[in-house]
Amino acid sequence: MIRVVLPANLRTLAGVGREVELEVGSPVTQRSLLGALEAAYPALRGTIRDPVTQQRRAMLRFFACERDLSDQSLDAPLPEEVAAGREPYLIVGAIAGG
Amino acid sequence: MTTVRLLVGTKKGAFVLTSDERRERWEVNGPHFSGWEVYHVKGSPADPDRLYAAQSRGWFGQVAQRSDDGGATWQPIGNDFRYEGATNTHKWYDNSDHPYAFLRVWHLEPSLSDPDTVYAGVEDAALFRTTDAGKNWEEMPGLRTHPSASTWAPGAGGLCLHTIILDKTHPDRIITAISSAGAFRSDDDGKTWRTITKGLHSNYIPDPDAEVGHCVHHIAMHPSRPNVLFMQKHWDVMRSDDSGDSWHEVSGNLPTDFGFVIDVHAHEPETIYVVPIKSDSDHFVPDGKLRVYRSKSGGNEWEALTKGLPQKDCYVNVLRDAMSVDSLDSCGIYFGTTGGQVYASADAGDSWKAIVHDLPSVLSVEVQTLR
Repeated sequence: MIRVVLPANLRTLAGVGREVELEVGSPVTQRSLLGALEAAYPALRGTIRDPVTQQRRAMLRFFACERDLSDQSLDAPLPEEVAAGREPYLIVGAIAGG
Repeated sequence: MTTVRLLVGTKKGAFVLTSDERRERWEVNGPHFSGWEVYHVKGSPADPDRLYAAQSRGWFGQVAQRSDDGGATWQPIGNDFRYEGATNTHKWYDNSDHPYAFLRVWHLEPSLSDPDTVYAGVEDAALFRTTDAGKNWEEMPGLRTHPSASTWAPGAGGLCLHTIILDKTHPDRIITAISSAGAFRSDDDGKTWRTITKGLHSNYIPDPDAEVGHCVHHIAMHPSRPNVLFMQKHWDVMRSDDSGDSWHEVSGNLPTDFGFVIDVHAHEPETIYVVPIKSDSDHFVPDGKLRVYRSKSGGNEWEALTKGLPQKDCYVNVLRDAMSVDSLDSCGIYFGTTGGQVYASADAGDSWKAIVHDLPSVLSVEVQTLR
């Protein structure tokens, strides 16, 4: 199972805790992970990626295994530690605003 | 028993306030969608327990919510606001061409007859509609493709469609207002649109009498007299007696004719309310005094309503969707401030009371009279 950590506002919106677990088909990429996340929690559609452009929202970033994956290809395989569920995939909101 | 329900959108969530018909004691429920900007919450006239809410946040974009039980519980609904057809452009602040792109929903206007149909006014200015209770939203592209749309430019708050007026006596009529494009009317259910700006005069645009470019802040209509419209423009309070075909100024003796809200008494179509604001730079009430102004003559002659409102050291604003009137015999008037207060008057404005003091900055106030 893939582990995904959501920012607080999205946990509330999806009605979940800090971390969710997902079944993601192989190959495990950011695109397949985000697709599985939105399929499991439809309330999150459009909140992580713009629904029209599918671009990552500017004030969110994606991390895993202490690496910033935000600007990597969505179709690149995720680290084996994430695919194996040993490390979570982190969706992080910018610390900004009031 | 009659219940009065206030739907309050704030910069950090939504609140539902309820009272009996005496409107003295209020129960506060919320925050719903805490941490999110809730630009608007509104109930269906056809099914008052059906509510719709627009929540957004810079981090996460737009979310829409629906309640089927008067705000006790909510469920997310469709949030895909996709413009129809090729992307056109509008003017940007530097007069360059800028592609239309969806940013957020400003206003939700439920149909007068069908609880599953709702109109949404959005930024960048466009009109959307759902006919399946929010599952899907479809643009009504006739407005955004109006011949003047390439010249529309944003106001300080963005290029937002913030006012939608429906008319039960003319079911195919829709009136909208856009900052800072102006006002528009459709008489064919949103297929085609015409500007309704004749008589507007705005010194801050190159041609003060232009067909488009006026920063209309809000429009109000009394349902019994749909041909009479009242407008709070960036500057000037205006009136039309012909459904917007022509306007004339009714600012009269107001201390300043800048403001955002305007509304009409539930039973007296010539009694209207505004909250003058000091502008252009300050955008708070003048002289540190929070005053609602009432005209019982449809404009021009205004009286300050101050009883119960702070008359010193007050520096709040009242935004365009943050005033509403109930339909009880003694008409209730409600408004919310950027300071987080919601004020209520159970006597048509003669006296006021803060029914909550410390909410987040208030973006919108709607009221439902539930009998």
